[in-house]
Amino acid sequence: MTKNLRVKTSKFIDETYKISFKFNGKTYYGFKGDTLASALLANDIHLVGRSFKYHRPRGIMSAGSEEPNAIVQLHNNSSRTEPNVRATEIEIYEGLEATSQNCWPSVNFDIGGINNFLSPILPAGFYYKTFMWPASFWEKYEYFIRKSAGLGKSPTEADPDVYEHKYIHCDVLIIGAGISGIMAAKTSAKNGFKTLLVDEKHYLGGSTIYQNSDHYKINNQVSSSWLEKEINEIKKIENLEIKTRTSVAAFHGYNFLLARENLTDHLPVDQRNNKTRQRLLKIRAKKVITATGSLERPLIFNNNDRPGILLCSAINKYANLFGVACGEKNILFTNNDTAYETAINLFNKGINVEAIIDNREEIDSKLIKDAEKYNIKIYKGYTVVNTSGYKRINKVSIMQLSKDGQKVVGSKTSIACDCLGISGGWTPAVHLFTQSGGKLKFRDEDQVFIPDIYPSDQISIGSCNGDFTLDEILVDLPKTLKKFLNLKITDYENLEVKSSFNKSKRNIWLLPSDKAIGKTKSFVDYQNDATAKDIKLALREGFRSIEHVKRYTTTGMGTDQGKLGNMHALGIISETSNSKMGELGTTTFRPPYTPLTFGTIVGRNVGEYFDVFRKTPIHDWHVQNKAKFENVGQWKRAWYYPKDNESMHDAVQRESKAARDSAGILDASTLGKIDIQGTDASEFLNRVYTNAWSKLAIGKCRYGLMLNEDGMVYDDGVTTRLDENHYIMTTTTGGAATVLGKLEDYLQTEWPELDVYLTSVTDHYATISVCGPNSKKIVSRVIPDLDLSDENFPHMSFKNTKIDKIKCRVMRISFTGEHSYEINIQANYGKSVWEKCMEAGKEFNITPYGTETMHLLRAEKGFIIVGQDTDATVTPIDLQMDWIVSKKKYDFIGKRSLYRSDTIRDDRKQLVGLLTENPDEVLEEGAQIVADINKSPVEMLGHVTSSYYSPNLNKSIALGVVKGGKKMMGQRLIVPMENKKINVIVADPVFLDKENKRLNA
Amino acid sequence: MFVINCPYCGEREQSEFKAGGEAHIVRPKQPTELSDDQWAEYLFMRKNIKGVQFERWVHTHGCRKWFNMVRDTSNDEIKAVYKMGEKPPTK
Ligand SMILES: [Zn+2]
Repeated sequence: MTKNLRVKTSKFIDETYKISFKFNGKTYYGFKGDTLASALLANDIHLVGRSFKYHRPRGIMSAGSEEPNAIVQLHNNSSRTEPNVRATEIEIYEGLEATSQNCWPSVNFDIGGINNFLSPILPAGFYYKTFMWPASFWEKYEYFIRKSAGLGKSPTEADPDVYEHKYIHCDVLIIGAGISGIMAAKTSAKNGFKTLLVDEKHYLGGSTIYQNSDHYKINNQVSSSWLEKEINEIKKIENLEIKTRTSVAAFHGYNFLLARENLTDHLPVDQRNNKTRQRLLKIRAKKVITATGSLERPLIFNNNDRPGILLCSAINKYANLFGVACGEKNILFTNNDTAYETAINLFNKGINVEAIIDNREEIDSKLIKDAEKYNIKIYKGYTVVNTSGYKRINKVSIMQLSKDGQKVVGSKTSIACDCLGISGGWTPAVHLFTQSGGKLKFRDEDQVFIPDIYPSDQISIGSCNGDFTLDEILVDLPKTLKKFLNLKITDYENLEVKSSFNKSKRNIWLLPSDKAIGKTKSFVDYQNDATAKDIKLALREGFRSIEHVKRYTTTGMGTDQGKLGNMHALGIISETSNSKMGELGTTTFRPPYTPLTFGTIVGRNVGEYFDVFRKTPIHDWHVQNKAKFENVGQWKRAWYYPKDNESMHDAVQRESKAARDSAGILDASTLGKIDIQGTDASEFLNRVYTNAWSKLAIGKCRYGLMLNEDGMVYDDGVTTRLDENHYIMTTTTGGAATVLGKLEDYLQTEWPELDVYLTSVTDHYATISVCGPNSKKIVSRVIPDLDLSDENFPHMSFKNTKIDKIKCRVMRISFTGEHSYEINIQANYGKSVWEKCMEAGKEFNITPYGTETMHLLRAEKGFIIVGQDTDATVTPIDLQMDWIVSKKKYDFIGKRSLYRSDTIRDDRKQLVGLLTENPDEVLEEGAQIVADINKSPVEMLGHVTSSYYSPNLNKSIALGVVKGGKKMMGQRLIVPMENKKINVIVADPVFLDKENKRLNA
Repeated sequence: MFVINCPYCGEREQSEFKAGGEAHIVRPKQPTELSDDQWAEYLFMRKNIKGVQFERWVHTHGCRKWFNMVRDTSNDEIKAVYKMGEKPPTK
């Protein structure tokens, strides 16, 4: 029978709206306004999970996004299930189902819990130390580690939800809608700034909004009432946008921030349909005001991790905001005034507080005096030395602290309890500030890091700036805002503030116990089970840097990034190593502040929108004719066209044969096309290509090779002189954008005196290449007015002509070695001209071929493909293309590098042809080439770059790069494969028609 | 992600730009007359400063113009942008 721990009504909970939900298979009830954590606590459930390493029972510790323990798996269904959800953040909805993580078979009985008893042999760095040797055992270790580790399960089906990205530009962004954030938002918006206020919670007002005590008053009103009026006012301001359930994940330089807006996670599943689930906001703000508040610190003492141990502020929030008592017999343990505030609030709600254990000796504080009036037993100068209760705390043992706080003295007293509140003071939430590049300074008096140097136009206000008391905040804020926003006056001049909080604190990073440290478990990082002992061990083993200790002990490396315990880790390191806190530095808080879903990160870029792809104007025809496609850069290119049930090999053999026997047709529209104009166009080409261009006649085409300044082949293609000062350059498909970029770079930065203009026209033209012995007949039918005689239209020339009144450019150029024509026409006519060619070629069995056949045909001719036969370490000399490198030209890009000591070596890898001794054996591209297989180690001479079975030569052919290959003609080399050795003979890379007879056939 | 003030277009997101390495390295006018060492100095040697650095940038997804930038690499503060051919700011 579970108890009902709901206490006096809270106005934030709608008790008329009952919600049922399941936790670990059992049904419970909560109310609208509850989080999963508050609803579980109302049902007296503290135990929600197991810790990562020792599988110790763990309960809810906090009431916010800093929660280390209460992380659950939400089971909406197999596509929507979500791991690592903090029970303290998720709002309950009808039908919510959650289960504990990291436990098997159940949270109440967990096999991994045995690790807890084995913990003496699971010290810091255990995994590093134990699973290193022998290396071959790793696979076995890994199996068991993975089985017993792991935080939650990922969905097994595609995510059905819709996510989106949105850009927001604003004058002032305010992060956090606590009292400081609300005051800043009102001031900013009322003064004409376009303002955005975001908060991760679903309500506004931070912790002040449920603060009901007389100890905190503004203008003689209880602080929550005063703030409520302010909130009602700001909701009416037009240029203020307020986004709740929106948490800032990252604060980058130049005030660029990412935030996640949660839109449907609080709704019952059947009400979420067709709504955007989460939105990633990309915010660019002129000014940023960080008002992220502060996080309460735990205390580090022996067995400080049992279910039923919570932060004091969390107990306070559960009582005041949710109307839930965390226990019936409460003890509070503190080193500052926070626990007294909690105690008084609990008393007012009718919740019993047995005792307060305070590290401090006598303190003059109004809060303490008031607490004493309620007959709460207060132990001053005491500490908790141990707790007991496996699945729920049932007892604390306390002892008196020595004067220096390093030891305990006197006798031990035990007090029964079912809930222990702890408070170690407050840590400013500076995570976003440091993400933005801000530098912190350490404030000795209360041992906190606060913002010091701002890297952009931003400011931190309120408790994230180290101003912890209401009077500090309200007195400083108007001044700060006036300065930051350049204002004369705010609405908040001369507020009357009453605050009873005394700031004194007795900070002891690691509280002493009557047991030796080796026998204690004082947790610093709850999620990753890092204890004070582990940190001390790491220091003993020689780790000094904070970042190293963090990785070795895994402190702060969980999904909560150690929001609670990182300060204590630093404190223990500084104490143990006798270094000063401020000088140690801090670990880096990296984005995201709280984890993001993958859905939010990718937004709409899923499925077919994952990446852009480009289609040629003839694409639909290829689809209709069952082409298989390959991706070339962003292009979808027809790869081959299988007929009936043809394999790829059979299709490519058929296509290749048809192209040489009669006619083939290729969609070459993807080739890059750059229009070059200007009086210095010829001079420009002279400088960017290795060969000479000045004497190219109008109407002629020329193949060009382009190098990088380091002498390595960069791109190639045919360029045509259309007019005196007008050229069209073609580039490789993949190189189009980078070639244009490189040419622009030289033109703008090195040679601005040249009169040259470059325009990319790749998408403006469809390019259709018709090749083969019957190509002339086919083209003459498509363009009857064009004189195709060799005299009028020889190889490597171009004509302006028309097809049905539509202007087009026809080049007689060839990448196959066959007589061929390339028709360039305005893109939107591409498909109809292609179909005309198909019709005209019908009787010649015109065969469409894809990129694979194109590659095979050019390899028969020994034509290179830049990027396949070259790899940015290959010069034209290495390619045996000396003929294209002008000796006469004074300079061109890369020329000087061809004479470097390294590039003139004659044992460089050089392009050669390779013929297998067995003509049916086809080499694998990428295979290594060696000469002496018995040498140890075997010397790698090079590798195969292109390899095909040629249906026109009836044998296997290949290209490869081989060290000193030029001089190896006719020599036998070996291509060793996994289970065989293939003998190859070095050959001329031109396998077919060396005399180029077919070009004019 | 920083905001870059393109000298031709004005302020734009960094994602529209591409960095092009160290600025003010002029391609030698007579490369053939240089020794291997001199040519290597031009070709390969680049500074990588923590602090104020002169860099080339191009507005790839905008006006496609190259320009120079003075940037503090330690905090990404852009001190100045100026057109190609203009003198770098002295301060
Ligand atoms: Zn621009």
